[in-house]
Amino acid sequence: MSELTAGAVRVARRPGLPYIAVIGLLLTLLAAAVTAAIAAGSVNLPAGQVWGILLHNIHPALAEPTWTAARETIVMDVRLPRVLLAAVVGAGLAVCGMALQALVRNPLADPMLLGVSSGASVGAVSVLVFGLSFFGAFSLPIAAFLGALAALVAVYFLARQGGRMTTVRLVLAGVAMAEVLSAVASFLVVTSNDPHKTQSAVRWMLGGLAGTTWAMVWIPAVAMLAGTVVLLGVSRSLNLLLGGEEAAASLGLDVHRFRAALFVLVAMMIGTIVAVSGAIGFVGLIMPHIVRLLIGADHRKALPATALLGASFLILADLMARTLIAPEEIPVGILTALVGGPFFLWLMRRRSK
Amino acid sequence: MTLTVENVSVRIGGKALVDDVSLEVAKGETLGLVGPNGAGKSTLLRTLYRARKPTSGRVFLDGEDVRKMPSGWLARRLAAVLQETGGDFELTVYDVVAMGRTPHKRAFDGDNTEDKQIIADALARLDVEHLAHAPFDRLSGGEKQRVLIARALAQQPTTMVLDEPTNHLDLRHQLDALELVRDLEVTAVIALHDLNMAAAFCDRICVMDGGRVVSLSTPAEVLTPALLAEVYRVDADVTPHPETDVPHVILRTGGDQWKPSARPSKRSPSSAPSSP
Repeated sequence: MSELTAGAVRVARRPGLPYIAVIGLLLTLLAAAVTAAIAAGSVNLPAGQVWGILLHNIHPALAEPTWTAARETIVMDVRLPRVLLAAVVGAGLAVCGMALQALVRNPLADPMLLGVSSGASVGAVSVLVFGLSFFGAFSLPIAAFLGALAALVAVYFLARQGGRMTTVRLVLAGVAMAEVLSAVASFLVVTSNDPHKTQSAVRWMLGGLAGTTWAMVWIPAVAMLAGTVVLLGVSRSLNLLLGGEEAAASLGLDVHRFRAALFVLVAMMIGTIVAVSGAIGFVGLIMPHIVRLLIGADHRKALPATALLGASFLILADLMARTLIAPEEIPVGILTALVGGPFFLWLMRRRSK
Repeated sequence: MTLTVENVSVRIGGKALVDDVSLEVAKGETLGLVGPNGAGKSTLLRTLYRARKPTSGRVFLDGEDVRKMPSGWLARRLAAVLQETGGDFELTVYDVVAMGRTPHKRAFDGDNTEDKQIIADALARLDVEHLAHAPFDRLSGGEKQRVLIARALAQQPTTMVLDEPTNHLDLRHQLDALELVRDLEVTAVIALHDLNMAAAFCDRICVMDGGRVVSLSTPAEVLTPALLAEVYRVDADVTPHPETDVPHVILRTGGDQWKPSARPSKRSPSSAPSSP
C-alpha cells in the first residue's frame, strides 16, 4: 500500500465501447426499427414518405404533403400507434426485467418467468369476463396491476426460505405460478361467452399488439415513462442490492421497504402493459443481459440502454409477427419465446460453469 | 466517534446469540472482537451496522441511537466490511467500490470529480487499481476482501466495523489491511480469529463466548493461558515479543499434552464466566 497524494490516481477507462457510443447506436437502431415498422405492411411506403408524414404531423411546415390521404391514415392511425405501443411494451418489459433481477438478486428473473405477467392476465381477464368496472376506464389496468402484484409477492415468499432464495426455488416457484395463473386466465376466457374466445385466450397467453388504437397507448406509455424515471432515481440503490442484502443495509438502504415499494412499481408497469398486450415473455430476460454485456451492470447506465434496446426489439418482433405470414398474424409472444427460450438455456448453462 | 453498546441482546427462538453485551469504543480506538465460532461476534457486529435489530438494548454513535436516525445518516458515518457474498452479476471492482459513495448521494446525483477521486484513491490504497474493470466475482478471496475494504474507504467513515477482514489474505496483505485501518485513526471494531493479529493491532480486546463478554481489556491483560484454556479449550503460552513486547500466543500442540483427556474441559454454559 503506497502513500498517495490526492489527485495522483487515475483509473483507466472501462474497456469496450464508450457509453455515449452505445446509446448513440441504440438510438440509431430504434429510429431504424420505427421507420421499418411504419413503412412495411400490406401497403409498403418508402422511408422518406414515412418521415415526411411524421414530420408533417408534428408541424405542417416541416414537410410538404406529397402523399395521399389514405397513406397518411395508414401511418398516423394504424401503424404509428402500434409501433409506439410496441416500443412502450418492449421498453417497459426490459426495464422491469432488469429491476426484478436486481430486486431478487437473480439474473434469471423476468416478468413472465416469475408469473407476474400471468397474474396481470388473470386480473385483466377477470374484468373483461365478469364485466367489472369499479374504476371506469382504469378498471382493466388496475385489475391487471393487482393481479401482477399478488403473483409477485406470492412467488417471492414461496421462493424465499429462511432468508435465502436459491435460483432453483425462484425459477420453480415462478414457473409454477405462471402455469397455474395462465391456466386460470385461459379457463376464465374459454368458459366465458366471448364469441372469439379461443382467439382471446391466445392473445392473453402469447401476447399480441393487433388492433392497437391510440386510446390503448396512453396509460402504458405514462406508466412506463414514469416508472423508468423513478427507477433511474433509485438506480444507486438497485446497484447496492446486487452486492447483497447485508451490504446494502450497511450502505444505508432500508432493504425491505425498498423492495416492497419497487414490487408495487414493477407490478404497476407490468399490469398496465399486460392489460393492452397480453403476456409477452423473455423480453425482460434477454435485454438486460445484452446491455450488461455491452456496458456493465451499473443501473445508472444500464437502465436507459435496456429501455432503448427493449423498444427496438419488440418493434422488430412485432414487425415480423405481422409480415411473416401476412395477411395472417403470429402472436408476437411466439417469436419472443423462439428467441428467448434458447437464450434462457444458454444462460443457465453459462451460469452453472 | 464514540460507539456505545448498551445492554444489547439478540435472541432467536429463545436462544440468546448475543446476551446483554455492553461496551464502549472511544473515538479513534481499535477494539478487537475475538472468541470461538458461534460466540456471537458477527451477530453483535450486525446490530452495529443496523442489519439486525437487537431484541433489547441500544447502540449509540456519538450519543445518537442508531436505530432512530435515518438509514443514510449511519452509512455516512459508519462503514462495514463484511464477508463477501458472491453474486451472479457482472459487477466490476470499480462498480463495487463506487457503491461506497451512495450514502453521500441523492437521487439522480452523478459521480462528480471528487467522487471519482475518492474511488480512485480507495482502489490505490488497497492495491487493487489494476483490477478496476475486472469482474468482482472472478477475483481471488483475498482480492475481494481488499476491494470490500476499499469500498468502506470510499464511504469516508469515521467509524468502521470489520468482520474478519483478514480472512483469505496472505500475511503481507493481512498486515497491510490492519495497518491501514489503524492509520485511518477511525473508531474501529474488528472481529478477528488470529489472536496475535488482534494483540498487535488492537488497543483493547473483547473476548466473547456464548454471546457474552468474557473479558475486555488491553491485549496483555486479556490474553492469558487461563483464558485461552477456558474460552478456546486450548493449551497455550503467552509471551511478550522480545523486541516489541506485543503479547504472542504460542499453542502447545503434539506430545502428551494434546490427548483429549488432557484437554481442559469447557465450562458448562450455565455457569457464570469466571475471570481468568
